[in-house]
Amino acid sequence: MNIQKNWWKFLAIILLLYTVIMGFLGEVPAREILNETIRNLYFHVPMWFGMMTLLFISVVYGIRYLSSGKTDDDIIAREAAHAGVAMGILGLITGSLWARYTWGTWWTQDTKLNGAAITMLIYFAYFVLRGSVEDEQKKARLSAVYSIFAFVMMVVFILILPRMEDSLHPGNGGNPGFNKYDLDSKMRMVFYPAVLGWILLGVWILNVRVRITRIEEQILNDYSGMKDQIL
Amino acid sequence: MKKLLSLFFLIVLSKFSFSQSGAPEMADAMRSSGKIYVVACVAAIVMIGLIVYLVTIDRKVSKLEREIKSRKKTS
Repeated sequence: MNIQKNWWKFLAIILLLYTVIMGFLGEVPAREILNETIRNLYFHVPMWFGMMTLLFISVVYGIRYLSSGKTDDDIIAREAAHAGVAMGILGLITGSLWARYTWGTWWTQDTKLNGAAITMLIYFAYFVLRGSVEDEQKKARLSAVYSIFAFVMMVVFILILPRMEDSLHPGNGGNPGFNKYDLDSKMRMVFYPAVLGWILLGVWILNVRVRITRIEEQILNDYSGMKDQIL
Repeated sequence: MKKLLSLFFLIVLSKFSFSQSGAPEMADAMRSSGKIYVVACVAAIVMIGLIVYLVTIDRKVSKLEREIKSRKKTS
């Protein structure tokens, strides 16, 4: 890999290794119930940051497609949504496991939890929509418009609604969550690099997926060109 | 003198029994603090493995990109 062009991939590697090692060996505040699971902060929470970053990329390229009409913008929008949903599913699973051993249940009717699950369903519908339209341009345009709606809904369900109601999940309603009492400066030293590292990993996966799709498109284009010559 | 000798023996014995009751201490970082270093190592290996995997996929795609570029030039 070219260091000058792909420096952020090297940064991702360094940050992730730092996260994994310091995530287990670093000092954390001792808390009732949470105990050592407080270290999940370095692994569960960055999944959502990664998801939100990728879905943001998706909606930006969706809007770009609407003005440019370039297939490449649509490819990036689709692959970003794909990678974002993958990270979101990991966030849901890790959150559920964490909840089992701190709240005592895999799932609870909580605003934040249900909001996250609904967000996933909204993005599943995005792929269903894409799969159900044959015409390439119509598919790209429809899904770009839908992704604007989906992104806004994601913000509402994950960032706004949970703050308006009481929630078990930290950072919402009456629950102070991981604020200055829980997230001390030693944890911040690991948490912020962890968030950046996981976001970069998500973008890296997006980068590879987009390049594979471009190659696919290229081959399909060449093939259709050949078919025209033969016929 | 006898008292002093018995005291000395007691101290040695107590030392000896103390070291026997505790597990034999070895200079092994991987076994300290509840063997958490082992977990950190395992997690680091998994992470390195995944990253190496991603890097190889990345390079494979780069190779394909170069291939397509060179084919475009020749055709």
